[in-house]
Amino acid sequence: MEIANLPISASQRSKLLSAGYATLSSLSSLSPSHLARDLNIELQEALEILKVVSDAADRSKSTDGHHQALKGVQTAWDMLSEEQMQQHITTGCEDLDHILRGGIHCGEVTEVGGVPGIGKTQLGIQLAVNVQIPVEYGGHGGQAVYIDTEGSFMVERAHQIAEGCINGILDNFTDHDRKILACQEWMQPNSFLSNIFYFRICSYTEQIAVTNYLEKFLKEHKDVKIVVIDSVTFHFRQDFDDLACRTRILSGMSLKLMKLAKTNNLAVVLLNQVTTKYTEGSFHLTLALGDSWSHSCTNRIILYWNANERYAYIDKSPSLPSASAPYSVTSKGIRNSTSHCKRVRMM
Amino acid sequence: MSNKLISQMGLPPSLSHVFAARSIITAKDALSLPEFDLMALLDVPLAHARSAVARISEIACPPYQTALSLMEDRAGSGGHLPTMLRGLDDALCGGIPFGALTELVGPPGIGKTQFCLKLSLLATLPACYGGLNGRVIYIDTESKFSSRRMIEIGENSFPQIFRSEGLAPKMAGRIIVMRPTSLSDFTDSLQQMKLSLLQHEVKLLIVDSMAALVSGENERSEGGPGRHPLRSSLSFLKSLAEFSRIPVVVTNQVRSQSKDEAYYHTFQEERKDNCQNSEKFESHLIAALGIQWAHAVTVRLVFEAHSGQKFIKVAKSPMSPAIAFPFIVESSGISLLSDEGIDVTGPEINTIRNQGQNILSQ
Repeated sequence: MEIANLPISASQRSKLLSAGYATLSSLSSLSPSHLARDLNIELQEALEILKVVSDAADRSKSTDGHHQALKGVQTAWDMLSEEQMQQHITTGCEDLDHILRGGIHCGEVTEVGGVPGIGKTQLGIQLAVNVQIPVEYGGHGGQAVYIDTEGSFMVERAHQIAEGCINGILDNFTDHDRKILACQEWMQPNSFLSNIFYFRICSYTEQIAVTNYLEKFLKEHKDVKIVVIDSVTFHFRQDFDDLACRTRILSGMSLKLMKLAKTNNLAVVLLNQVTTKYTEGSFHLTLALGDSWSHSCTNRIILYWNANERYAYIDKSPSLPSASAPYSVTSKGIRNSTSHCKRVRMM
Repeated sequence: MSNKLISQMGLPPSLSHVFAARSIITAKDALSLPEFDLMALLDVPLAHARSAVARISEIACPPYQTALSLMEDRAGSGGHLPTMLRGLDDALCGGIPFGALTELVGPPGIGKTQFCLKLSLLATLPACYGGLNGRVIYIDTESKFSSRRMIEIGENSFPQIFRSEGLAPKMAGRIIVMRPTSLSDFTDSLQQMKLSLLQHEVKLLIVDSMAALVSGENERSEGGPGRHPLRSSLSFLKSLAEFSRIPVVVTNQVRSQSKDEAYYHTFQEERKDNCQNSEKFESHLIAALGIQWAHAVTVRLVFEAHSGQKFIKVAKSPMSPAIAFPFIVESSGISLLSDEGIDVTGPEINTIRNQGQNILSQ
């Protein structure tokens, strides 16, 4: 391995090169004081350089195939048991949960896209509420981060959905238990709302900033089980002339989000808009942000109209087969499709 | 937040000088670069670059709120401009929401401007009559604003105010009409407006119509590299609505749907041919501004005509299911024939029909 690839600053690199150190092996047996004298730098700085060098040497050695020496790897068998332990956040719609094998996967990035008015924001709010269902009732008792880039988060609607969720839990109990439960503090819609952390993002810089900051934020708020970004697209479709730069920033962001999802075992849900694309002689709807972006999410769900019903389609997933399921948006939130019964009107 | 200065972020002085020397001045400059590029550019160890990025991100990131405190904030500042059309107000939980973009879309002559005129009147009315007691900025791009018609609507809907108290001049004096002639003209006036909105107690901003500014602009260029002229004013309008906590109402025209218009995802291919064709003949109108615009509006009201009646349809709203109300335009403006809405389902929600509007037969 060459010096040029080391993560050290340019001035240090040029000092190394001018002193004749071009490869890692030339540095490996060096003592810090020797290096400091050679490069005419402080001992402390020399120590830091050697540390970077030995890290890099370890890494390049381990890629040779000594599998015990690999750090941070798992065998497929270990991963299997981990996958079986995987947690899911219910969407509120049983049919949709069924094709997702339980709901939105924790530890993964899921992208949800669809035409305007199909219910993306509704699903986002629903998930932010559902994640708070206590463990005793089949939920996670977690908290939610809601990153709103479009200003479409309606807190009144979140209140409604929280109410719907509470009533859904209560329905499983007899009248007597219900009365006791209903008095508990967490059973109030307001306590659900107090567990949703809302960020209002007004530019793409802020969007990058919040993605970086989340790492620290999540350390302070260990209970957060879901991060919803509504939508990931908006600012990136507004003020970008340089598409190469956009692609680079987006892919950096998606890598960070994936890492967050893995290390904190939380679900990341990105809402995306649709755009039209010309393929094979006709126009089709497709999710925005381009082809390279479509590689960056682990799961992709597309919401669409099928005749008179809303459907969700699993467009991409490493573990689930493609399938679609109907759902509906009711006053209580996302529920099973209600094509048979008349829809309740909201007041 | 994105223009915050790095020099004021409390970084170690040596580091912050290096940022300044490399002319990385704002958070935006720093965060647009990958960490490695930043390290190379600043000539500092990677760890320093990382911690600097973390620090900059933390400061550039806007503070969070819990949804609960958000609700308490909003409750204080009021939430809706009532349209005085009871059924519609119920469906929208009180009226046109503050802090959001509401779009009216429909064929020409159906009553969009009438609706806007009525809204502007309502916003100027004293609070005791259910108004907002504020000023209105009316951006009239099609030269359709008619003061006479507005006074007429006022006299017929609120005779007690307009005749006895002689408030008409006062009400009308609160409506500021702007007539930009081009998109750049329009963007300029938007920028100027930013400050004056708060100073002059403007309670409503109407743009009638948005589509006129970009007519002739091909929607298809949206996906391509070409910069869509509406994009910047779109996000500006949204932030204007949000930070001044006022309703912003824009109207949109319709245009005929071209044959190759996309309505389907690729995986829906098979269905396209057999079941949807019949519907396609009917719904040959679509909103003039494209799908990106449709994503950005919070509430979309469709004005349409079919089966010999005109309807207002709530086509997109975070609060309400799709629901349609028959209406007529009379001397007092728009009024609903029934406060009981008709549920709309499926793709019908987004279609815009314009049939049976034959005036002679009525």
